[in-house]
This record gives sequence, C-alpha cells and structure tokens, in this order.
Amino acid sequence: MNTLSFSAIATAVGLAVLAFAQWLGLDYFYFAGYTILQFIVLATAWNILGGYCGYVNFGTAAFFGLGAYTTVFMYKLYPLPIPLLMLMSAVVCGIVGFGMGYLTLRLRGAFFSIATLAMAVVVQTLVINWDFVGGSRGAYILHPENLEFAGLKVNYIVYLFVLMLILAVVALASARAIERSQLGFGFATIRDDELAAEACGVPTLRLKLIATTLSGAFMGMAGAPFPYYIGYLQPQSAFALDYAVNSIAMPMIGGTTSWVGPLVGAVLLGSAQQYATVTISSAVNLLIVGLMLVAFVIIAPNGLIGLVQKRLRRGPP
Amino acid sequence: MASSITIENVHAAYGAVRVIENVSLRADAGETVVLLGTNGNGKSTLMKCIMGIVRPASGSIVAEIDGEKHNLVGLQTEQIVDLGIALVPEGRRLFPKLTVEENLLLGAFRKKARAQIKGNLDFCFEAFPRLAERRRQLAGSMSGGEQQMLALARALMLAPRILLVDEPSVGLAPQLVSRTIDAIKQLKDHYQLTVLMAEQNFTQAIRIADRGYVIVHGKIAFEGRSADELNNNDLIRKFYLGM
Repeated sequence: MNTLSFSAIATAVGLAVLAFAQWLGLDYFYFAGYTILQFIVLATAWNILGGYCGYVNFGTAAFFGLGAYTTVFMYKLYPLPIPLLMLMSAVVCGIVGFGMGYLTLRLRGAFFSIATLAMAVVVQTLVINWDFVGGSRGAYILHPENLEFAGLKVNYIVYLFVLMLILAVVALASARAIERSQLGFGFATIRDDELAAEACGVPTLRLKLIATTLSGAFMGMAGAPFPYYIGYLQPQSAFALDYAVNSIAMPMIGGTTSWVGPLVGAVLLGSAQQYATVTISSAVNLLIVGLMLVAFVIIAPNGLIGLVQKRLRRGPP
Repeated sequence: MASSITIENVHAAYGAVRVIENVSLRADAGETVVLLGTNGNGKSTLMKCIMGIVRPASGSIVAEIDGEKHNLVGLQTEQIVDLGIALVPEGRRLFPKLTVEENLLLGAFRKKARAQIKGNLDFCFEAFPRLAERRRQLAGSMSGGEQQMLALARALMLAPRILLVDEPSVGLAPQLVSRTIDAIKQLKDHYQLTVLMAEQNFTQAIRIADRGYVIVHGKIAFEGRSADELNNNDLIRKFYLGM
C-alpha cells in the first residue's frame, strides 16, 4: 500500500470518527477527543526521533509549549487563523529542533536525554520572564463560541477537533512514509549501531538533524491550537512534564518500531487518562502512566506491537 | 584501474591521550597490506582516521581512486564512503535486529551503490552461499563466523575500490578465522581491491599479505617489504611469539 492510498484510508477513518462524534452530539466527546488526538500527534512526533533513531527525547514539552506560545505571541500581535498559526509553529519548532539537534547530537544515550530535559527548563524560564506573552501570569486567549463556515454554524471545539484530526492524519501518514523510505532505513541503522551506519555510508548527522527537525515541527504543530483549546495559558501548563512523560510512554506501550505503536499507545493511555479524569481525579493521570509503563516493561518490553509480532512468529509456520 | 592509499605523518589523540604518533604507511594498487599489533596500539584508531570517524590532529591521508587523488582529512565519513572506501568494522557491528538481506541492502545505502544493488547482491550470495540460505534470518541470530561473512559482504555492497578490514578474527574460532582470511583474499582477487587489514593474529594475516607494518604504542615499529621479511623478524618474534 503506498502513501497515497494509506492517506486516503486514514482520512476515511478520520471522517468516520467525525461522523460518529456528530451522531453522538456530545460536546464532551470533542473535548476529550481533542486531547487524545493531540497525544497521537505528540507520540508520533516523538517516535520519529525516539523510536526510529533511538534518541530518547525528554524535551517534548519544550516544543509543545513553544508551539503554544507562538500562538500566544501572534494573538497579542495580530490574531491569525489557527491553520496558519500551526504552520508558523511548525517553522519555529522545526528551527529549534534543528538547533537542538546540532548542539546535542554529539551526546548519546542518557546524556542526550538529559540535555533535552534541560532545554525544556530553559525555554520555560525564558517564557516566564517574557512579559509580552504574559510571563508567569499567563495569557487569556479568547475565541468566539461559534464559527461560520459557508453559512454553516460550527461550534468552536468542533473546529479545533477537526484541525487536530487532520494533523493526526498527516502525522501518521508522514511517519508511515518515513518508515518505508530510504530515510527510515537510515534511521533504523542509527538506532541499531551508529558506527556501523557510518561505515555503510549513512550520513548519520544529516539524518539525525532531519529527525529532530521533523519531530520538533510536529510537536510544535500539536501545541499551536492549545491556547485556543484551554482559553487561559500559563507556562506551568504549556511546559508541563506530562507531555514529555506521555509522549515517551505512549510509543513505548504501543511499540516504537512502527507508526502503529504511538497510535495504539496514545489511544489506550489517552482514553484511560480521560476516563480517570472524569471518574476519579485528573491528578491520577501520571500515576496511571507510571503503572502502565512498569507493567508493559515487564509484560511486553517491545510494546503491544512486539507482543503481537511474537505471537505471530510463534504460530504455525 | 589503480586505487591506493597513502598515509603520511599522521598524529591522532583522544583528548590528551595520544594514540597515534607520526604514522606513515601506504597500500598500493592491488596490494594486501596488514597492520599488525596487539590490543591498544592504535590499529583501530588509524582505521577510524582513514574513514573520518576520528579526525587526525595532523598529517595527511590521500586516497587515489581510479587514478584520481583525494585528500581524505576533513571529509565526512559518508563522502569517504562515496569515494569507494569501505570499512568492515571491528567486532562486525551488524544490525542484529534486521535480516541478512536487509543488512546487505543497507550496505548499499549510497546512491552510487544503489545503482548496482542487484548485481552486487547476487554476487554476495554467490560468494557466500550460506548467506543466501539465511537471507530471511535475523543477523544477530547467526554464528560468529557467519556474521563476519555478512559484515564482509555488507561492505562489498558498496562496490568499494579500497577495503579496510579491522580485526576480522575477533571472537572467532581458529578454523573460522582461517576461513574468513581466505574469504578476504578471494574477494580481493575477484574485485581487484586494495586491502588494508588490521589484525592481531600474525600467522593468519601473513598468509594473504603482500607487505605489512607492525605498530607498537602508536608508532610504526617495523615495516616488512614482503611477507618473508615479516616472517623472519626479531621484533615480531619478540612481540608476538615470545621468543
């Protein structure tokens, strides 16, 4: 199946989800669905660098927050339509991802991870001290309750949901295309053995920079509509550790070697968190992530995908 | 066409630790040159200098590929690979979770190599029939000898002119070492390669060597202009054979 037909199918699935939501007619479904879709994008973006190349990035929150604050900055300057803001966030975060890659990719393993974690703290500190975007007070982002599309009245949350749905489809289709391309092959060599990759003539630094740039850009795009979603943005929520932890845990639970992993992980973990938020409390979210991660490391170290593959391989020859 | 490599006055260090001091050596067209030395004398570092993985502090490394001269110092590893210089790294360094065939295909990652991917793959399977039998098997699940064959074959997928082999005998049973060395000779003859091989196993390496150097503490301690000269040398007796 080529990328085009995959995109078509993914779009069809997306439309089905949207139709289901319309049929349900429940605003809450959009609110919860938006968060899950956002995590699908974040997990997929993380997986491009973390899963395909094997570089564990703890800085998801930096890119997500930066994407969100690009929106806040533009909102204060001159409000633009959200799709445009998403593109701008992609550019900003792609550049930052490139820069981060250039500065940190000499580091390997845990050292790289610590450097990315530090970057999240640095960016957050910068934003806290930047008055124009609200500083530590935060910023209010107001939006109308409804939008008009060709005479059709659309609830704003539906609009945000659709945007995130489109982004999720694009992210998944890109991840899948990368996986099957020469680029993905190169990424896999970096993950398995970087020295051997170099000996084969794989331009490792260039590929890693492509990975950090793409990964950062998608994370930024996921963050761009967030201020409109939440209405009031403060640094603590934009740069929350939840994003870093979730976007690592989701691919790990699903399986990091394929685009399916982050999708499955995000849907599973995202839904569980939404359920817990409603029934117990939003504070148990990270507890759920932690417990599931521990459980999966013990039961299925290669994620759900790995578990399924193992079953298939063990089956009748 | 002639392909050779000339190394002159190369120094290299990891931080303050000097590893290679004033090393000069060459491998002329169609030669098999061995670089002999025990652990920790700088053989692998020299290989990495040639490939641009470690940057020498000073000195020049010039490769002549099909009559055209290239200065390798300062080039990126992928550019050096593009020129037609392939490294079989120490300890094989395969991609263990990929299949044999995928490992080979990755050997031809460069655009130039991809153009001839079919022919080279066929040749590799012909040269190493064992690999053809196991093409769908994961590389990490093969025996050490088979893995070494795969590492050699993977380097050949680049259709190189100069082949660098770093310690092919590491972790192999004596019989397999002998077979690996034979395989290198065969490949060299078939492809008319220039081979520079770093090795500790003196007796095996010398079987296929035209010339050789002994490296001790990062310096060339002895240059043998023929296999015979290497065979009958006091220094080598002292260092290797303990006589």
